[in-house]
Amino acid sequence: MTPSTSGAHPAGTPADSGTTSRTDAAARATATPDTGVPVLEVEDLRVEFRTRGPVVNAVNGVSYSIAPGETMAILGESGCGKSVSAQAIMGILDTPPAVISGAIRFEGRDMLAMGAEDQRKIRGPGVSMIFQDALSALNPVYSVGYQIGEMFRAHRGTSKKEARERAVELMDRVRIPAARQRVDDYPHQFSGGMRQRVMIAMALALDPKVLIADEPTTALDVTVQAQVMDLLKDLQRDTGMGLILITHDLGVVNEVADRVSVMYAGKVVETGTTDDVFTRPAHPYTRGLMSSIPLLEDKGHRLNPIVGAPPSLAAIPPGCSFHLRCPMARRGADGRPDCAADVPPLREVVVGRRSACHYSEELLHG
Amino acid sequence: MGLPAVVVTHGAVRLFPSADHPAGARPEERPVGRYVARRLLLTIPVLIGASFLIFAMVYALPGDPIRALAGDRPLPASVQAALTAEFNLDDPLLVQYAKYVGGLLQGDFGTDFRGRPVLDTISQRLPVTVTLTAVAIFFEILIGITAGVLAGLRRGSFFDNLVLVSTTLVVSIPVLVLGFVSQYVLGVRLGWFPVAGITQGLYSYLLPGFILAATSLAYVTRLTRTSLADSLRADYVRTARAKGLAPRTVVVRHTLRNSLIPVVTFIGADIGGLLGGAIITEAVFNIPGLGRAVFDAVSQQEGAVVVGIITLMVFFFIFFNLVVDVLYAVLDPRIRYE
Amino acid sequence: MSDRDPVASAVDPKLSRDSRHPRDPEQRHDEVEAGTTTGLAAPDVDQTDGSQTSLWGDAWRELRRRPFFWIGGVLALVFLTMAVFPALFAGGADPRACSLSNSNLPPSAEHLFGYDQQGCDYRATVVYGARNSLLIGFTAVVGVLAVGVVIGAVAGYFGGWVDSLLARIADVFYALPLILGALVLLRVGPEMRVFGQPIPIISERGPGAIAIALTIFGWMTAMRLVRSQVIAIKSSDYVAAARALGAGSFRILTRHILPNAVAPVLVYATITVGALIAAEAALTYLGVGLQQPAFSWGLQISAGQNLLRTAPHLVLIPSAVLSLTVMGFIMMGDALRDALDPRQRS
Repeated sequence: MTPSTSGAHPAGTPADSGTTSRTDAAARATATPDTGVPVLEVEDLRVEFRTRGPVVNAVNGVSYSIAPGETMAILGESGCGKSVSAQAIMGILDTPPAVISGAIRFEGRDMLAMGAEDQRKIRGPGVSMIFQDALSALNPVYSVGYQIGEMFRAHRGTSKKEARERAVELMDRVRIPAARQRVDDYPHQFSGGMRQRVMIAMALALDPKVLIADEPTTALDVTVQAQVMDLLKDLQRDTGMGLILITHDLGVVNEVADRVSVMYAGKVVETGTTDDVFTRPAHPYTRGLMSSIPLLEDKGHRLNPIVGAPPSLAAIPPGCSFHLRCPMARRGADGRPDCAADVPPLREVVVGRRSACHYSEELLHG
Repeated sequence: MGLPAVVVTHGAVRLFPSADHPAGARPEERPVGRYVARRLLLTIPVLIGASFLIFAMVYALPGDPIRALAGDRPLPASVQAALTAEFNLDDPLLVQYAKYVGGLLQGDFGTDFRGRPVLDTISQRLPVTVTLTAVAIFFEILIGITAGVLAGLRRGSFFDNLVLVSTTLVVSIPVLVLGFVSQYVLGVRLGWFPVAGITQGLYSYLLPGFILAATSLAYVTRLTRTSLADSLRADYVRTARAKGLAPRTVVVRHTLRNSLIPVVTFIGADIGGLLGGAIITEAVFNIPGLGRAVFDAVSQQEGAVVVGIITLMVFFFIFFNLVVDVLYAVLDPRIRYE
Repeated sequence: MSDRDPVASAVDPKLSRDSRHPRDPEQRHDEVEAGTTTGLAAPDVDQTDGSQTSLWGDAWRELRRRPFFWIGGVLALVFLTMAVFPALFAGGADPRACSLSNSNLPPSAEHLFGYDQQGCDYRATVVYGARNSLLIGFTAVVGVLAVGVVIGAVAGYFGGWVDSLLARIADVFYALPLILGALVLLRVGPEMRVFGQPIPIISERGPGAIAIALTIFGWMTAMRLVRSQVIAIKSSDYVAAARALGAGSFRILTRHILPNAVAPVLVYATITVGALIAAEAALTYLGVGLQQPAFSWGLQISAGQNLLRTAPHLVLIPSAVLSLTVMGFIMMGDALRDALDPRQRS
């Protein structure tokens, strides 16, 4: 753990985040009432891919923030831009074809505005990421010990020997059995769950302030999924890092996330605490997601899956991007908003809840 | 980390991912020794089959060389009989071949009809062919990998397209033609290189070596380009960038290291191919190597020389393929010896 | 055996020509495999052969956009025409009407390619060389495919010791360089005797002998290609289905597996025509191929070799023509491969 971080206490303010403007912090404080000053803020993030053919608008104005010790889930179907937004934060999208705009502030400094070298130095000790498929995300020709130790060597100039020792410690910490014996093994020699632990060890090597986990358990067996999620939670408690969990698994979100942002067609359509969002969805899309999972107590009832397929990010419908699949969509008469034409802003509908639906109140209150 | 070091202990080769942390490491035992032994056993029938094939074809020329040797004068019957006996020319094919292999096993490649040991011819010609091959491989590595890397890193650039077009052209032009055109332009017209022969030492090998390499060179370039472009898209490269590694490290350690595996193995196998495939280049540039020797021997119906040299070429081919198989497993830990 | 086996047709998309169940799921499965992204429902019209049209249709759309395909195609077409109707290209000159007074004359406006050492019009001589080159190239490729497809299919389909044995035999031939093996065979061929009789074709030193030599030492790649395709397809679901329904080995092999291996073999064959034409020129150049007075680019290059300093056109012109021919086929094959390989599409 980095000594300078008082990360275990959510209220603790990192020393160099004093540059964060007060107004920003205040604005966000309403959205995150129970946590401290955000360590990572994303503001109006937009990513488009300009290749031959139509422009793909993968992320269209996403804003969120994450405080130390907090877990925020980004929930959405595949192809809704949730992974792309994470990769934009990590600075691992190829630009071009990707064009990124908005602001990504890490401890108050805008990563998009800084040089490539400064940005690189944040990856690892500042923000770190684990991927869905650890087998392809780990380099097949290097031992896991080498790949974990590379973090120390690249960022701290540690010697090979020392780096290897630290790798063993980390492997112990992520509960890989017989770490010392397995440190020189190659990724393909590990089971799926163990490989994901290697990924986690690597990502946590430099005690990052924020960890982005992109579908960390999707590729794993159900029993292993739970183990890996438990491990992530434990590690987060120990280190006080912020955790951004990207997933389409409602169960995982319900279990581990403090807050959730629901994404659809490259936009956040609803945010709030997990409890609130799950019990009283303020957006028809969220409600659709909830009612597409079978519940034990609802035995015998039909499920209500969302009809249709998510829109192509190259041709997002005008107005509310969800209106074509939305059971509540209205043609605006009597001065009421038209779902097919008016873009619903992400607005506060209840204290601490935001939703991008013209008719959230109807959902919430009746 | 460099390439894995190979340490031989108790007949089994153990592979350490790196030489500098053997202590406490649990090297995975991979029975390379047994694998190599089994592969060697498997190559024996191939070696025998190929040499027998050539032997059987050459066997179709009984007696003729003796008459050819004698020229217009008729040979006395006694001399003819003695020669026939010496070269086992009256035995059936299989017996002759068995005797030949028996000799080979004792390092005896036999003698040509002039009484000169075939091994002499080989030891005289082999260095020439080895030099030529070395020059060719040098060009493959230097030009092929460099051009392939540059093109692969900048796909779609002008240079990339230039590489695509020029490699297509080189592959499409027969070696024969490449040889003559370069000989004419660079040798006869510009005088930059010797037109033929090897009288100017290593310098005279440059042009023939380049021509010999040309087709493989184009292939190495393409292979490097494709392989590099593939691994640039790989998830583990994305991971390497997410780890905050320097761009140089990402390219060299996590892209090149992976993408050069097929290239290195191709070049390894090509050594074995070129050692046996230089006949046209050697003919065009009049280089006295093994290919030229086989060609001359075929024309003069020197069966023993033909069979001896081709057997040696087959051996090289098989040997380097075996080396490549082992090398592959050394470079890529996912490959297992089975 | 019946050509219209409803069971076979239902499980194998390649037989959908005869199929009475054109909307069978396997058909779509094949489209997806072939890399079409629009693998969802095929239209109700044009039900026959839907999978074929999508693979080859896509390939054709790809091909049309590739300049290499057009360049290669035009070159191949020109030389094919030249091989069949040489007089069209000879400019009225007779390659046999020679006059030593014209010996080695360089190209001029009237005689574009000049004259060779015997004083023959070089344009006519070179043009008449196309026939032998293409004849040998195509014959040899047919031979290579015939041997390679049969052995490869048998090895891949039956596996086990049959495969091991055939693979080992292929290894033996692989270990011998093509030119070297053909060189020896062509040199000793005319003197080989079977029961005291010369072997037909082989003993004649003509195009047939060269094609046979190239086939004998060149079939292995086709064999390995077909073998690996067969192994891959053998384990696919529709072959398992056909086997479960009681189709015999021969039927599965010829009706279900081989048609699927057509695309890679076609690509290989196109490129190989070029390679074999080059090999023929090399063998002829080395003196074991075609013999005088045949018209052959290899012979012309060989004859011109010693005059490289004084009459370079004698080597350069047949070299250029030979290269263009080889290039035509290789470029076409290259473009075809890229078009048929969905992974190459961006």
